[in-house]
Amino acid sequence: MQPKPRTLQILDLVTVLFFLAAVGMVFFYAPLEAVMGQVQRVFYFHVATAWVGMLGFLVAAIAGVAYLVKQDRKWDIVGLSAVEISLVFFFIAIVSGSIWAKPSWGTWWTWEPRLTTAAIVELVYAAYLLLRQGLEDPERRARFGAVYAILGFISVPLTFISIRLFRTIHPVVVGSGAAAFDMSPAMLQTFLFSLWTFSLVFADLLWHRIRLGRLAERVEALKLKIND
Amino acid sequence: MRAFWRALWAIVWKDLAAEVRSRELLSSMLVFALLVILVFDFALVLDVKARHSVTAGVLWVTFAFAGTLGLNRSMAQEKDRGCMDGLLLAPVDRSAIYFGKAIGNLFFMFIVEAVVLPVYSLLYNTNLFKPGLLLVVLLGSVGYVAVGTLLSAMAVQTRTRDVLLPILLFPLVIPVLIAAVNASTAFLQGWELAEISPWINLLLGYDVIFIAGAFMVFDYIVEE
Amino acid sequence: MIAVRKLVKRFGLKAVLRGLDFEVAPGEFVALLGPNGAGKTTFLRILASLTRPTLGEVRIGGYRLPHQAAAVRRLLGVVSHQPLLYGDLTAEENLVFFARMYDLPEPHRRIAEVLDLVGLASRRRDLVRTFSRGMQQRLAIGRAVLHDPSVMLFDEPHTGLDQDACTMLDTVLRDVAARGRTVVMTSHDLARAGDLATRFDVLSGGVVCASVQRSQVQPDDLLAFYRRALEDARLSKTASQGAVV
Repeated sequence: MQPKPRTLQILDLVTVLFFLAAVGMVFFYAPLEAVMGQVQRVFYFHVATAWVGMLGFLVAAIAGVAYLVKQDRKWDIVGLSAVEISLVFFFIAIVSGSIWAKPSWGTWWTWEPRLTTAAIVELVYAAYLLLRQGLEDPERRARFGAVYAILGFISVPLTFISIRLFRTIHPVVVGSGAAAFDMSPAMLQTFLFSLWTFSLVFADLLWHRIRLGRLAERVEALKLKIND
Repeated sequence: MRAFWRALWAIVWKDLAAEVRSRELLSSMLVFALLVILVFDFALVLDVKARHSVTAGVLWVTFAFAGTLGLNRSMAQEKDRGCMDGLLLAPVDRSAIYFGKAIGNLFFMFIVEAVVLPVYSLLYNTNLFKPGLLLVVLLGSVGYVAVGTLLSAMAVQTRTRDVLLPILLFPLVIPVLIAAVNASTAFLQGWELAEISPWINLLLGYDVIFIAGAFMVFDYIVEE
Repeated sequence: MIAVRKLVKRFGLKAVLRGLDFEVAPGEFVALLGPNGAGKTTFLRILASLTRPTLGEVRIGGYRLPHQAAAVRRLLGVVSHQPLLYGDLTAEENLVFFARMYDLPEPHRRIAEVLDLVGLASRRRDLVRTFSRGMQQRLAIGRAVLHDPSVMLFDEPHTGLDQDACTMLDTVLRDVAARGRTVVMTSHDLARAGDLATRFDVLSGGVVCASVQRSQVQPDDLLAFYRRALEDARLSKTASQGAVV
């Protein structure tokens, strides 16, 4: 087994440091928002996790195209890894959205376009995992996974547009607008820093997950060799 | 190009001829569609007022549910006696197979819709035969079938084939359902055209994007 | 007619074919023998253009797979252990459908010819669903020869047939092969293969490990030849593994 690459070790460390710094900034550097109070602090990580979620699905779609063109198994591992990580982050985004929604809109869940789209996207990629589960042949699993990741990603903007159209034509029950407050410079800095930090977290986890996928593949290969 | 159309229509003809014989696909779709309407009636206790506002929703849920039955069955027929291999062995473009199956499926959808609409009109004493609504039914069905045919070709090759199709299909056709339900409601309640046109545009956009997408990836679904 | 060089096919990490070489001259009838899981069906599916090779070169009638698949498909007639027919269509309608798929110039004359050939002319208006397994398989042969292919691939055509049906099927297979066609047939039934083929190849460990002409082997010795080929393959594999260790 190959030892953990040096760059990855460094990335792990940097990610942890950035994460601690981001937590520090959210709680101690960013000022208290006047209207919403403490709960507004969830905003920084809420947007950052949602951003990572979308980033992962973009990566999965690109990996899907790359797999179909190159037929190289490594792209399948990349696609699967990205979807798995993004599912978790998107879930965190949805939950933190709820936490924010409760005090500011008085309800745990609103059928706000972004939130609703997020829930549907979550289902698209849960279906992706179920599809993979139903297939034995690894090559077909990779091909179908790639196709579904691409289709899913294409459908996301259309879903968002349709829900948004729906909500603007119909009277909106609760207030719209997620970031309906003015950000002070310190808030903006914290916000951008969180985005950057979570991108690092994503890159780091993706690397680990891909490495895990490759190791699993090696185990599989060794097993086959023994049985031969 | 001539060979392409010939193969495409051969597949459509074959699906229709087989259906005329067995009637198993349409009969199950139709019975199921009527059941869904009944279930809605009891579940929502459709009084006059409520009925008026949910008509479009009930219709589209009915079409979507009955549609998965047809899509599943149509592709299972290709898998059962290895017929898909038979199609793939023919020297025709793979997209002819996709469009042939899709047009066949679309035709079955239209038949179900042609039965459901008058029955619904009769049961609830409304007139659903408005040109605008028919346009929405056409555009919505095209988008639904374009994605559904592709995904059913995928689902049929999995272990969990019958249960998987709706799980794969519904999250992807949500834009179609939202747009179709809203456009239908709009036409039924006689909204301004300016309010309806975004929905029609969305349906058109979805149809074009997903027909093109399915056309590009279908090869990867059927060829090993 | 068929030339395969260094063909490798992997499913995921599992290699089914490992550098297989295979040649068939025009007019030959080759029986591919081998135990279950030797990769016979996979190999035939690659020749049939249904599965893409991982590595290696496959040429049929001068055309390369998978790039010139459309041209290859015109040359090929395939009979598998599934009939590839629609149960809810009649025998004739099935053939009409495939005639359209192959864009045949005079479909009705050809269909009548083919139905005669496989002995189903009297049942042409009956649904395929109502046919016995043997009749379905004969109609499947009819479908496969409809466009007069020059290369035929049979994948275990006798699977699930009783003795009489097998004998009838053999008559049709021999008839089909006799018209100067090149045939590759997979089988694990040595007696059946022995009756039909002009050459016997043994597939084991993902390669063709032995080959013999019909003229070089007595029908009674075929089984002995087959066993010896498998035994040799096993020994050479153990030897090569020993060398690696």
